[in-house]
Amino acid sequence: MGMTITEKILARAAGRDTVAAGELVSAGIDVIMCHDVTTPPAISMLKEHGIDRVFDTSKIVVTPDHFQPAKDIKSAELHKRLDAWAREKGIEHYYKIGRAGVCHALLPEQGHIRPGEVIVGGDSHTCTYGAFAAFSTGIGSTDLAAAIATGELWFKAPASMKIVLNGSLAKGVYSKDVIIAVITKIGVDGALYKAMEFTGDALKDMTMEARMTITNMVIEAGGKNGTIAFDEVTKAYLDVHLKDSNADYTVFESDADAVYESVVEIDCAALEPMVAKPHLPGNGAPISECAGLEMDQSYIGSCTNGRIEDMRIAAEIIKGRQVAIRTIIVPATPVIWKQMMDEGLSEIFYEAGCVVSAPTCGACLGGFMGILAAGERCVSTTNRNFVGRMGSPKSEVYLASPATAAASAVEGKLTDCRKYLK
Amino acid sequence: MAKAHVYKRDYINTDEIIPARYLNTDDVAELATHCMEDLDTGFVGKCSAGDVIVGGVDFGCGSSREHAVWALQGAKVGAVIAPTFARIFYRNCINCGFYVIELENAAEKINDGDEIEIDYGKGVINNKTQGKAIEFRPLPDFAIEIIKDGGLLEHIKKK
Repeated sequence: MGMTITEKILARAAGRDTVAAGELVSAGIDVIMCHDVTTPPAISMLKEHGIDRVFDTSKIVVTPDHFQPAKDIKSAELHKRLDAWAREKGIEHYYKIGRAGVCHALLPEQGHIRPGEVIVGGDSHTCTYGAFAAFSTGIGSTDLAAAIATGELWFKAPASMKIVLNGSLAKGVYSKDVIIAVITKIGVDGALYKAMEFTGDALKDMTMEARMTITNMVIEAGGKNGTIAFDEVTKAYLDVHLKDSNADYTVFESDADAVYESVVEIDCAALEPMVAKPHLPGNGAPISECAGLEMDQSYIGSCTNGRIEDMRIAAEIIKGRQVAIRTIIVPATPVIWKQMMDEGLSEIFYEAGCVVSAPTCGACLGGFMGILAAGERCVSTTNRNFVGRMGSPKSEVYLASPATAAASAVEGKLTDCRKYLK
Repeated sequence: MAKAHVYKRDYINTDEIIPARYLNTDDVAELATHCMEDLDTGFVGKCSAGDVIVGGVDFGCGSSREHAVWALQGAKVGAVIAPTFARIFYRNCINCGFYVIELENAAEKINDGDEIEIDYGKGVINNKTQGKAIEFRPLPDFAIEIIKDGGLLEHIKKK
């Protein structure tokens, strides 16, 4: 019987020939991502239990991101604990403030993500890295503590769902629209505990940045992990981003006779720009059904859509215009921030009346840098629109692509981005 | 005897259990004061030690924050009962030594305010108010052992 890419990677990491869905395996961890919210408690747990060990200081990547730079005294204390630990343990890849960025944009950019690896992180959107034909999943602080100390975790090999993205995307329709459409179709628990394996022609035209937007939101359908097969686009990205010291990797592919619990087909050519309305990411509607709804804020950033490609798309629409509502632009990493300066994007946003912030998870999770008041509505390129996600429990979040968020910023209401695209 | 607090809502997420605006601390006592705040601001005031939350499908979806479990533990919640749980939350609960019970149509079988008693090993909820015994599939033995030991790290240490 054939195996899926997820089963093959778990088998490799568990030192076994085969793994089938449902089997429990103890897998070696190749990369652990640590940030400022879930890692300090993990460190405290280890201390309380008298465990001083770090399994491998070269396989842990640390970056404060959620509340960085510290938004208040309490988050400063979290940063202080993270910093002291990373220094004490001699963590090799520690991105201090100034080089720190939104973790799921930073790790691939800095060459920490390779195909075939098992990657965990104390963050639910760790599933992002599956875009690189890797197995990656989010964990809580206790698992994080165990992984840091032992370099191993047990997993139940997930059953796989195949998501076939047929056709090619029309102008003004992006990978964000695709994943909102997928989650809307299968529901926010449609992939509960499962691996979502994305295939199909629509992926061929997508950059790695665009693909990461898709795997980033696998968790919003309840998925354990998401994967996209390795191809020339993956290779080209890795050729640029991997350092010489870790440029080797193993590519796994699903067998033709691999077992899938279900197959979901999406006609991407027929998609319109999508908006996920409050209060679930699966509450998607085509823009034609919701255009005109007045907004108070537009937020362009996050691990879902805070990469340079997203900024270019937003800038193309905003260039030479004035935004009608508060518009907050948050590049996900310092490199993206610098690129925005070099390419003149920051100036475009400044001239249009936007706020351009330093890299941070910021308001995506209601931290800071664009919190909503009661009764306010925000069109946002982020990944969650739960009650109170970006501020007041009485505020509303509408998830959309950077193009839709930019067009909506210009008009002050949900707007079809296609009218601004040449 | 535990009292049931029933929320007839699916997809009760970790942002509702503990909003991210409080994630700048991992102090359990402080987190507890905000437990369930964005779903029900009155929850902390009416929850007594050992009380149980009953919810709809995909309970605990969203963020991986273990703070959600700590907030529930800090507020002295005894267990959560729901038809299905989000994967990371479910794992976090066991890792923290907190009981989760999968029960189909849980919010139909238990009413808000019902007095219940739970036998976790046997898989029986005794609904005293309704005079009914409700069976559920108990957690596997290894998970119950982890919970009894007070969580994964205590469990590993003991071993």
